Amino acid sequence: MFWNLPLVAVVALVIIALAIIVFKKNLIKVFLGIVILESAVNLFLITLGYREGGIAPIYTNAPPASMVLPTPQALTLTSIVIGVATSALLLSFAIIIWKKYGSIDIDRIRRLKE
Amino acid sequence: MIPAFIVENSPALMVIVPLVAAFLSPFIGRISSMVRSIWVGGAMAVTSTIALILALDVYSAGTRLYVFGASAASAAVPPDSGGIPIRIIFEIDQMSALMLVITAISGFAIILYSLSSERSHTGLESFYTLYLLMITGILGMVSTGDIFNFFVFLEILSLASAGLIAYRVDGGVAVEAALKYFVLSTIGALAILVAIGIYYGQYNALNMAMIAARMQFSVLDQVALVLIIAALAMKCGAVPMHFWTPDAYSMAPSSITALLVVASQASLYGLFRTVFTLYNVTLNAATVGWLIIILGVLSMVVGVTMAIPQKNVKRLMAYHAVSQTGYMLLGVGVGLAVLGNQSLLDAFGYMAMEGGIFHIINHAMYKGLLFLTAGAIFLRVGTYNLNRMGGLGHSMKWTMVFFVIGALAIAGIPPFNGFASKLMIYESVFVFNPLLAVIAMVVSILTLASFVKVFHSIFMGPALPEYSGVREAPMPMLVGMGILAVVVILFGLFPGIVVESLITPAAHALVDQGAYIGAVLGGA
Amino acid sequence: MDATSTLLTGAGYWNPLAWLLGLLAAIIIAWLIYSMGEKGYKPGTAQAEPFISGNKEPEKGMVHVRAGNLYWGYLEALRGYYDRLVPLHSGNLHDYILWYLGITALFLVLVVIIS
Repeated sequence: MFWNLPLVAVVALVIIALAIIVFKKNLIKVFLGIVILESAVNLFLITLGYREGGIAPIYTNAPPASMVLPTPQALTLTSIVIGVATSALLLSFAIIIWKKYGSIDIDRIRRLKE
Repeated sequence: MIPAFIVENSPALMVIVPLVAAFLSPFIGRISSMVRSIWVGGAMAVTSTIALILALDVYSAGTRLYVFGASAASAAVPPDSGGIPIRIIFEIDQMSALMLVITAISGFAIILYSLSSERSHTGLESFYTLYLLMITGILGMVSTGDIFNFFVFLEILSLASAGLIAYRVDGGVAVEAALKYFVLSTIGALAILVAIGIYYGQYNALNMAMIAARMQFSVLDQVALVLIIAALAMKCGAVPMHFWTPDAYSMAPSSITALLVVASQASLYGLFRTVFTLYNVTLNAATVGWLIIILGVLSMVVGVTMAIPQKNVKRLMAYHAVSQTGYMLLGVGVGLAVLGNQSLLDAFGYMAMEGGIFHIINHAMYKGLLFLTAGAIFLRVGTYNLNRMGGLGHSMKWTMVFFVIGALAIAGIPPFNGFASKLMIYESVFVFNPLLAVIAMVVSILTLASFVKVFHSIFMGPALPEYSGVREAPMPMLVGMGILAVVVILFGLFPGIVVESLITPAAHALVDQGAYIGAVLGGA
Repeated sequence: MDATSTLLTGAGYWNPLAWLLGLLAAIIIAWLIYSMGEKGYKPGTAQAEPFISGNKEPEKGMVHVRAGNLYWGYLEALRGYYDRLVPLHSGNLHDYILWYLGITALFLVLVVIIS
């Protein structure tokens, strides 16, 4: 059970994030939901990479046992970088919409329809 | 003739050239806008050439493997890695090569067009950076053999596309379109990342061939399959997840819309690659096949019926893009539904898939052409509103000719290319299920009806006094449209040789999972 | 015709070049029939006016049938369908996200649970 705790946290975070994305009207809060979703996915990736008693793949002074393959960490790093770019772009959209529409309420950002 | 160095390293070069050119273009653009035009045009020409060289090589010599960080492609599986290909691999089979051809032709035609259409705009420093990043993303997506790499290129493509959709802020409306596109595509991309995590957790591999070789179709694999199918179907604009498409397509600059069509087809490629290469016969072919067929039929019908009442010409064309995507999903879905049953596959499955895949390349050409003509009209008239246009056939003759070619091709009128691919889809789908073929034909008729309306309201009628000063579109734009129009006509006149040399190998490469795996892991 | 053009479609074949020849023949026949027609048309006289009754030709902008008026009957006939379909494109981001999530959930049910 304890072993699965990170996965439980992932599921909880995903649910929280989706609830925020779907129910919050404020654009900034929706973006926060997306960021939480990203964190949940990152946590999922990191959890996959955990090996009990594993040795970090740092060659300096490493004991001669086999080391953990650092792929999930690499994936997570990449994903975090992409997440930063995503958040930056989303927030810049929010700024422009706030300037032009005078509102960041999702119900009012609907000039394009039908 | 072509240096061996370039042929050997073409998979890497084709991604590196646009990437480097993209980030250098703001600096080079500071010299003068002329130099920048030459720089980005040249970079795109080089990229297209490399992609075409690579595609030619793949079509003549078979699947190409490019292992990053290794001295030779044979080192795909390092000896000390326990049999897992840990390096990033580009694997280009005939299906990828077909997508490369599409991207190379469209990308080059569109940049010629946009060099002229965007000349009078400001902020071009980053326009071409983002454009070339989109090209990078598309080329990377269609050639990678590593699923995480696929995700990275997908995100590069999404970020660049969203930036470009919002490029002409247009009172914030373009930003709204970009926002909708980007929020949806971010959520979709995260779903794909979860699926990638599931694969990694189960099979300790990110290489698509390795995952395919170890695929067991457990419950987790099914979840991953659904996450990927739903996300990529959303990204290629399948109904009922198409809502972002008309918004984004109508608000992006026209040249970018034409490229977005190619981008959505890269997502379609990802969908097919996942279904056919990662899963192939392990999945429940009938269920997943029918899901894709239903998505396709819904897209066709809803797309075209929503297009008919539209007043904005680009929005109308965007709904048609949704509708045409439906044909591809239908064709390939039928192929998928009979996967595993060799006799049915031979009887009509391959033909349906070839029709769907042929439609991908045809659609990229004629829909790109149509969006470019819409952009040319907007450049001269200043509106997308069909109610305010009329009589432009008197002054924009070449644009009209190109529009007619595109419109007849999309409606499936012989002898243009749309007819050939639609005929293949009709005849093979009719054997599978006659009702689907009938729906496809009705949709085609409605498409024609809708384009008759567009043609009439833009070009026909007396020359209107408010557009008396309208001139023909500038030459580079006409050349860009001309390239696509010539491809449309050639593909229409010689469908036999195109299908035989480009499409059939692609369809067979897609179905033949063993060859894809064998290219990386050896043996098979 | 040559093999580069012929497309075998499983049930039959399609050859655009042969089709173009047929089209050419049809155009020639149509032109022949056309050339046998009445030759009494004189431009610049009352024959060229749009209305025989002598009514004045309306302004150019009034003659053109605008896009919004096309297919009115079609849209009217399918009104029940369009009244349901068009409001789905509400422009609301939440709806779009919900559609995406809903389809994902539906597919999960169909693929994982049922099959």
